[in-house]
Amino acid sequence: MQNVLEMSGICKSFPGVRALHNVSFSLRKGEVHALMGENGAGKSTLIKVITGVYEKDAGQILVDGKAIHFRSPQDAQNFGVGAVYQEIMLCPNLTVAENLFIGRGQHALVNWKQMKEKAAQLLRSLDIPARPTQQLSSCSLAVQQMIAIARAIDMNCRILILDEPTSSLDEEEVQKLFRLMRELKARGVGIIFVTHFLDQVYEISDRITVLRNGEFIGEYEAASLPQFELVSKMMGKALDDVSQIKKEKSASIQRGVPVYEAVGLSSTAGIKPFDFTIHKGEVNGFIGLLGSGRSEAARAIYAADKVIGGEVKVNGKKVKIREPMHAMKLGIGYLPEDRKSDGIIADLSVRENIILALQVLKGFFKPFSRKQAEVFAEEYIKSLSIKTASTSTPVKSLSGGNQQKVIIARWLLTHPEYLILDEPTRGIDVGTKVEIQKLVLKLAREGVSITFISSEIEEMLRTCSRLIVMKDREIAGELSGENMTERDIMHVIAGGGTKS
Amino acid sequence: MNKMKIRNYQAFLPLLVLAILILINLLKGADYFSISIINGALYGNIPNILFGASELVILAIGMTLVTSSSGGQDISVGVAATITSSVFVRVVLNAHEVTLMTVLGAFLVSCLVGIAIGAFNGTLVAIFNVQPMVATLILFTAGRSIAFLIDGRLSPILANRITNQIGSVIPGVPVQTPILLTVVFILLFSILLKITNLKLYAQCVGINQKAARLNGINPVSVKLLTYIILGVCSAVAGFIAVTKAGRHDSVNLLRFIEMDAILAVAIGGNALSGGKFSITGSVIGAYTIEVLNRTLLRLEVGTETIKAFKAVFIIILMIFASPVARGTAAKAAQWIRARFTGIVRLPASKKAEASEGSKADVSVEKEV
Repeated sequence: MQNVLEMSGICKSFPGVRALHNVSFSLRKGEVHALMGENGAGKSTLIKVITGVYEKDAGQILVDGKAIHFRSPQDAQNFGVGAVYQEIMLCPNLTVAENLFIGRGQHALVNWKQMKEKAAQLLRSLDIPARPTQQLSSCSLAVQQMIAIARAIDMNCRILILDEPTSSLDEEEVQKLFRLMRELKARGVGIIFVTHFLDQVYEISDRITVLRNGEFIGEYEAASLPQFELVSKMMGKALDDVSQIKKEKSASIQRGVPVYEAVGLSSTAGIKPFDFTIHKGEVNGFIGLLGSGRSEAARAIYAADKVIGGEVKVNGKKVKIREPMHAMKLGIGYLPEDRKSDGIIADLSVRENIILALQVLKGFFKPFSRKQAEVFAEEYIKSLSIKTASTSTPVKSLSGGNQQKVIIARWLLTHPEYLILDEPTRGIDVGTKVEIQKLVLKLAREGVSITFISSEIEEMLRTCSRLIVMKDREIAGELSGENMTERDIMHVIAGGGTKS
Repeated sequence: MNKMKIRNYQAFLPLLVLAILILINLLKGADYFSISIINGALYGNIPNILFGASELVILAIGMTLVTSSSGGQDISVGVAATITSSVFVRVVLNAHEVTLMTVLGAFLVSCLVGIAIGAFNGTLVAIFNVQPMVATLILFTAGRSIAFLIDGRLSPILANRITNQIGSVIPGVPVQTPILLTVVFILLFSILLKITNLKLYAQCVGINQKAARLNGINPVSVKLLTYIILGVCSAVAGFIAVTKAGRHDSVNLLRFIEMDAILAVAIGGNALSGGKFSITGSVIGAYTIEVLNRTLLRLEVGTETIKAFKAVFIIILMIFASPVARGTAAKAAQWIRARFTGIVRLPASKKAEASEGSKADVSVEKEV
């Protein structure tokens, strides 16, 4: 079969980061080609190179066998490259027909009648259940996505990129989208499919390309690559040299009393009802690929997302946690995944950021004196060695690692019984990472229960004594003790169950 | 140290403007600061400014809070004050005999109305997520008619000793009463900020609502609270305005003051998009506007053209207060310092390596 797109030796660097190094990618006519990789693997960068958003530093791009140099997204579009992203980039308050055709013609005057007819024709030919005069926002997300695809197809797109198109769709909608993808395939469109859902990859893809840390790992026929191997390739652990990492686990098998127990907990973030228990002084973790529901599970425990079901006991007593405040009052602390948008109060000082949680717990009418706040801030700046010019420095001017320490300090100051740390080490330097891991183990020895979430599997193995493996927004298995190896984790993620 | 500099600049600008305006006034006539005593009370330019700016200062304080928490402005404050004062006048006029107690009671009733208005606006903003300006546009449009309906007739007159004295001078007290009321209000407000976490909460909600919620702050109630406080501010401002005027003119009372209140917040160096705020800045901003108005009058700019001159002045001021100009000013200051002292200040990121043994190793935001 003929290659519609062929890329080789693609390199792209940003100041201080090598995003892509010698990456190859090819797309045949009429195939679905999955592009796989964990966070930071370089998928988005590669897509941006294909769509002309970034210019490549080195390498070659052939479209239909001819060397091409895309200078702008417009350029790429003219060569038949179209992309549909997770966030639909259409105008929700315009009609379907308008969304299909607007901004494409050069005419100042619009022939509305003709536009409507053409839209109806296009929708019919792709079997999309929408009327041309309908407002886009009144269509379901899946249909909106299909309309975005139809728009691209009508612009003679031969290389269609679908970036995480299914992440906000339900099962039935996914099937509708897949039907459309198969139809396009039959028409000879080459589709690049980016997703975190492994099952979907196998359902629809012909071939799979794996990237990791900006490097090309390999190109495989989907039929001949077991899920298990795909996971290991994405995570970067060759199965033969899985070396167990020594842990400084201190008799973690013996468990204390349960501090937090949940049965059938679920939230509006789409996590399926799950059971979860953590014991005193235990460090456990949610592990899984991005989008597996590991963060959503943590958020459900803290009620960061709206909790819609489940029974919760804290220290054996039945409680209702409906708001973060309730969780805080019960001694639960939560360090969110996204430090910038959920964690720091950027413009406020280091001092105010550190005392925030304790201050809120103490109450609206009982502000700490400036002196007391200074004492608290100084104490944790010292004990966590936070690098800041003063306690009054705005927290936004600190480095990422130090900002993270400020949020950790905020929770330590409340002396929590149970601390949830979602990606506490992401985007921070190695030294601080180790410090945070050590701190986690130290807190556990002091009797604090900790749930630890990280994308880095070694880190999880080093700190946790029990791992809850998540997949497709539910718990796929649980590992502890002997069974806690990378091999086992991958088995569970790939759908092999908890066998060892 | 860093913070001090930013803060200094924030207060520096309105103070500089004040200084310039005063200088212009002194050039016009050296008797600018002269104060005379008429009927046992102080009169002159300065007392007049303090007297004239009372309502604006009070509204600017409330506006600062609302701006901080909701990242938007309430354009109905002047109208709200007209409604609350119409209720005040109605209650006073309905009383058989006007005593201090009836005036006080009427004032408290008008405060309750202010609270209700604040709760109405606050509900639209905090619960229904309506843009603050759109939410308050409702009352802005309908409010003066409502006040007119409450009045019952055209411009009722407050002809009694007590409200007259509140609007002008109490015998034996050398300072005009509205000035005293403003001072008391500012004091009470600073006590409120001292004994509660209002400032911290409002700022947190304004800067990062999501993070605030995850730390146990309820953004809805904080926003609602700030609007209610602004409602009370409106009631106080309306009370002062109507006692000053001696009659309730629902059409013209505190007309267009909402724009000046927003302007005062901006001149005070507060971001209209919310977050960190300085009440002191807004108060200085309010007085600056009053001084500007009076300066233009003193320069014999015609009442019809005064707004155009004011606009020019404000454009210049806003350009100087803009982040772009601040950045340029900071660079210029650095350049001048380097020229004169020979010390080159490194950007914060390099400071870490080059820090002269001090603990000034601040690393700049590193995006990974």
